[in-house]
Amino acid sequence: MNGIHDMGGMHGMGPIRYEENEPVFHEPWEGRIFAITIALGAWKRWNIDAGRHTIEQISPADYLRMSYYEKWLARNIALSVKHGLVTQQEIDVGRPAPGSTKATPPLTSANLGPAVAPRPGYARPEADAKARFSVGDRVRARKSNPPGHTRLPRYVRGREGVVDRHRGVFVFPDTNAHFHGEDPQHLYSVRFRAQELWGESASPKDSVYLDLWDGYLERA
Amino acid sequence: MDAPHHKHDHQVIPSDPALRTKALESLLVEKGLVDPAALDAIIDAYENKIGPRNGARVVARAWVDPGYKERLLRDAGPAIAELGYSGAQGEHMVALENTPAVHNLVVCTLCSCYPWPVLGLPPVWYKSAPYRSRAVIDPRGVLREFGTELAEDVEIRVWDSTAEVRYLVLPERPPGTGNMTEEELAALVTRDSMIGVAKIAAPRGVEA
Repeated sequence: MNGIHDMGGMHGMGPIRYEENEPVFHEPWEGRIFAITIALGAWKRWNIDAGRHTIEQISPADYLRMSYYEKWLARNIALSVKHGLVTQQEIDVGRPAPGSTKATPPLTSANLGPAVAPRPGYARPEADAKARFSVGDRVRARKSNPPGHTRLPRYVRGREGVVDRHRGVFVFPDTNAHFHGEDPQHLYSVRFRAQELWGESASPKDSVYLDLWDGYLERA
Repeated sequence: MDAPHHKHDHQVIPSDPALRTKALESLLVEKGLVDPAALDAIIDAYENKIGPRNGARVVARAWVDPGYKERLLRDAGPAIAELGYSGAQGEHMVALENTPAVHNLVVCTLCSCYPWPVLGLPPVWYKSAPYRSRAVIDPRGVLREFGTELAEDVEIRVWDSTAEVRYLVLPERPPGTGNMTEEELAALVTRDSMIGVAKIAAPRGVEA
């Protein structure tokens, strides 16, 4: 979706606000909602792409107003309701519905390893996907505007680059976010010259590299 | 909010995110969906164990051990795991070497992708609109905001983490550190240098 989250190349967002000796969490609730995100993820009712897409669907004005972890709070509530872990009524009253049974959490302090250990990852080396491109190929990012989740930023669409590295076969976020299957595809690191993206005012020395799935690309 | 005509307001959850988080956690715990002790342990891990000191040890090892550096640049995941670091958001690691001629800078324009096992959780500025919007279109201006001035002839490579690949910048070893131990070198390595927004200053008393 062409959302506010896709902000590469925008102007007007102001100076970078740097904080010396920044704490990991500024307030205890930020740590709680971070940990809740991981603990709820262990139910495997959704995936990271669906999680990202949920945040993308926050309205642009709210997205810019809300702090980072406020967005995570909204994401967890939305996903938990949508995927049946809780009901909106339970969220509204703050208590389990009368007569609801108590579940057993998949993630406990005793089996915490999986929370911080590597997750299965998104590489699918065994998948039978065809690589349409090889290192050195000139490619163009497709001019597409999918209304759903995508990891193809607007600022590269229609632009030409060169395949710099082959990364392997990875789960395709555009389908995975909507539970339409993993559709594993080859992933390439593609180099775009800064002047191709931004025009002649950009430095001729500079470039931007993006990891792009096979389906995002066409031959240039 | 306390006015009588708001008595039947449907907004019964307090707007304060701290209160709303507390309400959510207590509901999730009562329903048996999350274990509060697991939440404590996750917070402890990211506050105390998983952070940029891990990445600094990787960098220092690469500076002193050419064989390790070669492995790190060829396939970063296993090389990082040699030092005991692996985990969520570090499943597909790539290391990028900064040299006098090439400067690498990492961003996630679409959200907040960051290599947790080596750098911990990202600072607020990394996740914020100013950095995400400008790192790709004006990397030299962004670097200047961090006090990093690069010569015109230095090539800047900006890495937008659009997929599940996560990047660690291997910064240049500062001058005047030839006699330092690996541990002393690790203490010089900053989080910002491993994102690529800063270089590492020479230790005090050494002219760069």
